[in-house]
Amino acid sequence: MLEKPDLPAIDVKGVMKVFGTGDSAFAALNDVSVSIRENEFFTLLGPSGCGKTTLLRLIAGFDYPTSGEIRLHGEDIATLPPYKRPVNTVFQSYALFPHMTVGQNIGFGLQMLGRSKAEIEARVDEMLRLVRMEALKNRRTSQISGGQQQRVALARALAPQPKVLLLDEPLSALDYKLRKEMQIELKRLQTETGITFIFVTHDQEEALTMSDRIAVMSAGKILQVGSPWDIYDRPAERFVADFIGETNFLPATLVAMEGGKAKMRLRSGVEIAATVAEGFAPGGEATIVVRPEHAKAVKTGGDLKGQVENVVYFGTDTHIHVRLDDGERFMVRQQNSRSQSCGFEAGDAIGVQIGADAAQVLRD
Amino acid sequence: MAERYFDVRRQTGFTTVAMICFFLLYLPIATLVVYAFNDNDSVAIWKGFSLRWFYSAWHNGQVIDASIRSFQIATVAAILATIAATMAALATTRTKPYRGLTVKYAFINQPLMVPEIVTAVALLVFFSRVKVWTGYSGLGYLIAAHTAFCIPFAYLPIRARLEGMDLSLETAAADLYANRWNAFRYVTLPLLWPGILAGLMLAFVISLDDVVITEFVKSGGQDTLPTYMLGQLRRIVTPEINAISTVFLLLSIAIVTIFFFVSRKRA
Amino acid sequence: MASAAEVAESREREDVRRRWLLSAPALLIIFLAGTGPLLIVLVYSFLTPGDYGDVKWQFSTDAWVGVLFERDIFDDTLSLASAHMAIFWRSALLSLATTILTLIFGFPTAYFIATRPESRREVWLFLITIPFWTNLLIRTFAMKEVLRNEGLVNSLLQFLRITDQPIQFMFTDFAVLMGMTYVYLPLMVLPLYASMEKIDFRLVEAGYDLYATRFQVLRRILLPLVKPGVIAGSILVFIPSLGAYVTPRVMGGGTNLMIGNLIELQFGQGRNWPLGASLSITLMAIVMVALLVYVRYAGREGGQHG
Repeated sequence: MLEKPDLPAIDVKGVMKVFGTGDSAFAALNDVSVSIRENEFFTLLGPSGCGKTTLLRLIAGFDYPTSGEIRLHGEDIATLPPYKRPVNTVFQSYALFPHMTVGQNIGFGLQMLGRSKAEIEARVDEMLRLVRMEALKNRRTSQISGGQQQRVALARALAPQPKVLLLDEPLSALDYKLRKEMQIELKRLQTETGITFIFVTHDQEEALTMSDRIAVMSAGKILQVGSPWDIYDRPAERFVADFIGETNFLPATLVAMEGGKAKMRLRSGVEIAATVAEGFAPGGEATIVVRPEHAKAVKTGGDLKGQVENVVYFGTDTHIHVRLDDGERFMVRQQNSRSQSCGFEAGDAIGVQIGADAAQVLRD
Repeated sequence: MAERYFDVRRQTGFTTVAMICFFLLYLPIATLVVYAFNDNDSVAIWKGFSLRWFYSAWHNGQVIDASIRSFQIATVAAILATIAATMAALATTRTKPYRGLTVKYAFINQPLMVPEIVTAVALLVFFSRVKVWTGYSGLGYLIAAHTAFCIPFAYLPIRARLEGMDLSLETAAADLYANRWNAFRYVTLPLLWPGILAGLMLAFVISLDDVVITEFVKSGGQDTLPTYMLGQLRRIVTPEINAISTVFLLLSIAIVTIFFFVSRKRA
Repeated sequence: MASAAEVAESREREDVRRRWLLSAPALLIIFLAGTGPLLIVLVYSFLTPGDYGDVKWQFSTDAWVGVLFERDIFDDTLSLASAHMAIFWRSALLSLATTILTLIFGFPTAYFIATRPESRREVWLFLITIPFWTNLLIRTFAMKEVLRNEGLVNSLLQFLRITDQPIQFMFTDFAVLMGMTYVYLPLMVLPLYASMEKIDFRLVEAGYDLYATRFQVLRRILLPLVKPGVIAGSILVFIPSLGAYVTPRVMGGGTNLMIGNLIELQFGQGRNWPLGASLSITLMAIVMVALLVYVRYAGREGGQHG
């Protein structure tokens, strides 16, 4: 792959963040390094307490790293106060100024930068058009709905044309339908403005649908960085595979490496080809991961054999829970059709066929 | 048997006592106001309706002097106390504990914890020395004393307001290129105003009402309205005192009413 | 170049320094016109009285002995100062009685307000606050208007032919008690209301549902729930009662003294400043102990300050 010649928008190198001292010391970020490219929609994904918000706050300047570097287009900004960083934030609570109108909120950043009244006015109108809120310019922020507040928060952060926009779980307060709308809206805004977005969320679906790249975090570390497709189909670690989507883990033994792929022997004795997590050379025992929709339930034959434990109907698809002969559990997701049922009932003998390019060997 | 039904909101015994309580709370005030209109040289016996005591109070130079002095002191002390209290509130809220924070709390609330009479004699002792050393005997002593005991009162609503304020608003301001001063000027201060105003009014009323400390600190000819009245109460009382009290009362009620509406708007 | 951690640390130090600067004016004023003078009073309590007021710079514990004892002029023996004792005793009793009376009137009143519909509570509360913010002297004077010989009560009693001579209420302990109860009543109602407002009154209904009588509901359900409010209100009434000066002076008329008036006398006609100083420190110490007990209690109960 070709490396872009220009510097990354944000370059985090070996950042540690320790809260507290002595026995109560707690490393919120443990030697985190990540490069975020210009113009990309980058998502920090992980469960609460994984350090994603801490990393965002360090980039924004609300907190300072214990050690390590944070570079913006090559310049170390780790020691700059927030008001000297060309980086803006959309807060989880929006943090709109209650004593100002929508327009005043949006113009605040430019006002602080000392721009002329005319310029501010023009920019505010432009931003209002961008988020489709022209009619509400003179409203108080308490007089508009949650979704509208969200748009104002976005417009306010975008108005000073920051180099990077940070979004701290901005959609978590919205209801399901509005959240879906805003996901599309956010993606559109990012494309239109061409600004680098760094988005923090614990919602894997949100991350998969919107991001160019995702960094999955757990316990203060970044486990894997990649495109949504990479993260979903080629998880590097058990945590990543488990956190995103539903999945099956199978113990297996390496037989041989063939052309970058591993030939793995399952406990049933069947051998299948599997891709290998980046930078990992399996030897002997390893875990492979197979997504439920990449396996097929068959009446006879199949790579694995077992018994149907439970069949759950979901509308678009059906989940068939299988107890394999070696005692492991396995789940197959099968697309539904109108004309016929899935064809299995609890207690039936079942075979599971793993697709040709379905298996991935995990690092751990 | 008919079912017993108790509405907890209708404890008739309690309601009766409460009504008596409200009645007794306002009865003396009402009596005082009524006698202000008494057309008699002595307050003792009702003779008929008249406004003459209001008129006489208005033409009593001492009363006017004392009133003006009361207002001067209350205005200056309330403003000084509110400024100091605002700064102190900013310094003692929204922070993780640091060395000396508890000492600050204790200091700021100290005037509330010490009986007024004790503070009064302490100031008498101290200021009488200072008066001898410096030769200055102006209103400064009263203003200093009033400012000191007004600070905790002004501090209370300002601190409450600050603690209820969303910290992320100032973070957002900093994120939007507002330096420390601009964040304070454009975000913190506008949101703090109702608290500051409430503090100012509390301080003003507290200063205006003070008797004990003023009585001990004042030099000759520095009577405020309350100390003037205290002095008059020793003598044979004429309805003039009632008239002054009535006006004073109306003023207090006006301030409290404004305070009530300001703090209600805030909530 | 300084590392981010060092920068963060220096910013934090700077923040604490700024916080000290910001609080400096308030601390300075309170020190100059509050705490500092109190320390001088403490020093004065160990000095010898001057001939015409003030002090002589000569160490002496006489003032402290004088708080409780008096020295016989002839044989130099110490005996309990009966005058002081009477005043202490009166102060304690009157303050206690004031606290109890305000509680008896304040409790039902606070309950009444707390059980009103939410929109109307504010108005009732406002009616309590008005007297609270009007001048204490004026309120005391108003009480005098009611109790004096030609006042409302005596007029009524005479009108109803209960007495033909006015009863002398003024300048008695009873008048002082009435005055203090009247003046400090709002201080009891406000914290009581604050604790009652939070009560879920369905608990009281549950009490009746479980066969409790009115008295049992009061004792077993309401009182434990409002205990923090009762304590806060009692402290708020007891402390200023103990140090009261204006009310006993106006209602007691110079004969029915309380500690506050006794202290004033030492700086006035008696002119024994060290004794006044030691009496002041004594009063302050009693108040501080009461406050400490309250703070510890409130801390343990996790209750809110009134």
